[in-house]
Amino acid sequence: MAQMKLAESTGTTKAHEMAKKQREISVAEFFAKNRHLLGFDNPKKALLTTIKEAVDNSLDACEDANMLPEICVEVIQMNEKRFKVIIEDNGPGIVKSQVPKIFAKLLYGSKFHTLKQQRGQQGIGISASVMYGQLTTGKPAKITSKIAPEKPASYFELQIDTQTNKPEIIKEAQTEWNKKTGTKIELDLEASYSKGSQSIDAYLKQTAIVNPHVTIIYTNPKAEQIIFPRAIDSMPKEAKEIKPHPYGVELGVLMKMLAVSPARTLQSFLTTEFTRVSSSVAKEICEKSKLLPNTKPRKISRDGSEKIIDAINSTKIMNPPTDCISPIGFEALEKGLKKEIKAEFYCSTTRPPSVYRGNPFVIEAAMAYGGDMPGDKSIRIMRYANRVPLQYQQSACASANAIMHTNFRNYGLQQSRNSIPVGPMTLVIHMASVWVPFTSESKEAIAHYPEIIKEVKLAIQECGRLLASYVMKKKRLHKELKKRGYIEKYIPHVAKAIKEILALTKEEEESIETDLKKMLEQTRGKIKSIEAENVEYDEEFAKIGSKNAELELHEVDESNDEKEGGDEK
Amino acid sequence: MKPVIDSIKGIVKDIREKITKNETPSVFMPIRSLQNVSYDLKEGYFKLLGREKERTLTANTVKTFAQTLLMMKESKGLVETDDIATKREMYYISKNWGDAMFKEQPESDSVMDDIEGMLTVNREQMGFVPGEHGGAVAGELIVVDKDSETGKPIKIDCTKMGSGAYSVPSSVEHLKFETKAKFVLAIETAGMFERLNKHKFWKKNNCIIISLSGVPTRACRRFIRKLNEEQKLPVYVFTDGDPYGFFSIYRTLKVGSGNAAHINKYFCVPDAKFIGITPQDIIDYKLPTHPLKEVDKKKIKDVIKNDPFCKAHKEWQKALQALAKMGKRCEQQALAKHGLNYVISDYLPKKLKDQKSWLP
Repeated sequence: MAQMKLAESTGTTKAHEMAKKQREISVAEFFAKNRHLLGFDNPKKALLTTIKEAVDNSLDACEDANMLPEICVEVIQMNEKRFKVIIEDNGPGIVKSQVPKIFAKLLYGSKFHTLKQQRGQQGIGISASVMYGQLTTGKPAKITSKIAPEKPASYFELQIDTQTNKPEIIKEAQTEWNKKTGTKIELDLEASYSKGSQSIDAYLKQTAIVNPHVTIIYTNPKAEQIIFPRAIDSMPKEAKEIKPHPYGVELGVLMKMLAVSPARTLQSFLTTEFTRVSSSVAKEICEKSKLLPNTKPRKISRDGSEKIIDAINSTKIMNPPTDCISPIGFEALEKGLKKEIKAEFYCSTTRPPSVYRGNPFVIEAAMAYGGDMPGDKSIRIMRYANRVPLQYQQSACASANAIMHTNFRNYGLQQSRNSIPVGPMTLVIHMASVWVPFTSESKEAIAHYPEIIKEVKLAIQECGRLLASYVMKKKRLHKELKKRGYIEKYIPHVAKAIKEILALTKEEEESIETDLKKMLEQTRGKIKSIEAENVEYDEEFAKIGSKNAELELHEVDESNDEKEGGDEK
Repeated sequence: MKPVIDSIKGIVKDIREKITKNETPSVFMPIRSLQNVSYDLKEGYFKLLGREKERTLTANTVKTFAQTLLMMKESKGLVETDDIATKREMYYISKNWGDAMFKEQPESDSVMDDIEGMLTVNREQMGFVPGEHGGAVAGELIVVDKDSETGKPIKIDCTKMGSGAYSVPSSVEHLKFETKAKFVLAIETAGMFERLNKHKFWKKNNCIIISLSGVPTRACRRFIRKLNEEQKLPVYVFTDGDPYGFFSIYRTLKVGSGNAAHINKYFCVPDAKFIGITPQDIIDYKLPTHPLKEVDKKKIKDVIKNDPFCKAHKEWQKALQALAKMGKRCEQQALAKHGLNYVISDYLPKKLKDQKSWLP
């Protein structure tokens, strides 16, 4: 007892000792240690993630500004491990004062607090890339941005203070840039470059497939330039921002919303801060939560908030509006698939909008079957979320779950119970939503919401039905061909028997044979080919980003993916 | 022999003409089933109705069509060289036809039956003979055959076969008979035949006994018919007391079959009478029985409903219904219950005398 008192007074208790080590962790520091969470697990993935974040940002910015995007991506290999990437767009540019925060402060951005279908979500991606570059090479990121044709461009060299998560401006200048508007980022980073389905090449190609309004000019480390030209000159339907739907709100978020809302009464708070809440619905919620409609939002306690949540969940509220979603469109999806894959049969579908946790979403699917694809391998799955290709963690994705639980045997494929089917098929799944629920910040797999899985299944089944009817037709054709083969096989015997019985000449026998063949073909008619000719297919295009056996590689990569993730932990 | 070749050539010429005229060739043949026969008590046999099936040359029939023509070609060859081939041999000949060969003998037999019907001849005239022999004969009969090399007549005395028997050849048309027998007794099983032969039943009763060994072959039917027609011998049939004995063995012997109806006229014995074992015998002689098998029950129903012969004879309908009601069947050998030779000493003599106990 006495000893303890002594220790306390001198400040040498265990707790005191520990207190010396306890201090604030900056977000930047946290992510520096946990960079795999952001998709920087290994050098190869780091390169892809960096380019992906930059390109996603550029596309979002261009679409927000209603400008047709033209994006240049250049990857230069400096030495064995070090790369320089330059990404340049023709977007609206960034106001000078915002540049340091956007590129050199984690969790800074406009997208986190809005519910709108766009590629970026958190405001982490590009600053994480800057930080990764900085950590691996010690070099700052170089940003050039121009917001108006008549103004000069601003130039920054930036680093992140990983202690404080604040931008450090190394250099700031004005510069001439021969461009109307746009943003350019130049980053040095440790990386490795390879081809295959998880490569930059594949990412850019897949991006081009689902974003036909985009031009991408890509220069790879071998200094080969690949241009993905714009296929259509119109912007996709503008995605609208919506207010959150009550069904999706969680307690903490609600409490925060109550605290900052300018609304003076609970009823007006509910009607103005949420979508689909009419005054009668608001009154019902108030009644059920036993709060007066004119309660001041700021005065509502934690308990009150909890009651509101319960009340919301027991009130019937209309689904959120769905016109805020801009799907790719099944025709465009199919067209893109045709460009990439030589198959016998294509089909696609766009599902009507649906809702998970108060967030509207649309699932689209496209299917290519047969042709050059190998029949003894697992089907190839191309996943997209808000027009961004998802290249990693396929097996963790909701779409993989939906595929595994859809019966593909009806469509003439092989499938063991609850697994990815085997057969000559490529399946494209796109989820468009105001908020895509990723399983992690590196945005590689969609979370398993039952509503999402159900919609993916329905989309696959819609395509599957079309495929099944094609497979049936093909079978019938096969049967017909077999019958014709039959005719070819036995007609000579008929002719021979006639010749021998009637003692005819060889010539007479032959003429019987030809007459018979002609006759039977007349009665059976011409065979109509049911395989659609694919005029969209572009062999050069299909080769981009692929090693010779892309599918094999795909499987190998999948296992690597997991292994590498494990190493980091 | 010539007419066969002529009709083959005629059919094939028609086919060829159609082909040259760009018409789909086809051949016609009678439908081979009970549905396509009629039974007239006066005529005494299953007569073919006019229904024919047309085999048109299409993708589905081209193989059978080719096989039909190829077999006609083989038949023509056989007739021209005065040779014969068994049904089994015909099946093996087809192995030379490449893709058109028969996989199993039933396919080949069916095509053969089709051609037979098409030409309205019997297959022996086409040069095809059955592989199995036609039945065993013993008793008061001398068969006059020809030596195949010298052509000289050979006399076969069926009383001098010892414990064996004379075997009916596959072709019987050329045979002549000398006999003083009073009747012919046709027996279903070889076992019963052996017993009657061993104890020279034929001698005591002055008759000819013939073992049918199941459904009588065509040759056997023809052989009995010749005895019946040429020697004016009545024919009595003795089978097991079951639907198979009644309607597969006896009916086929008496009126022919639906399958080869085009030859029934000459290959049946309309005069034949059924002496046993009748359903009534089972009761009268207190014979041991077995329960009817499922196939038996099915056959009874089918026969009552579809068999023109049964439809024409109330007695048979009653007999079958009685059997069905008893739910029993009885074998010839069941008579052994009363002693091994009871059949010779009591049953047959009694039955032969008592016409009322017969079935038509």
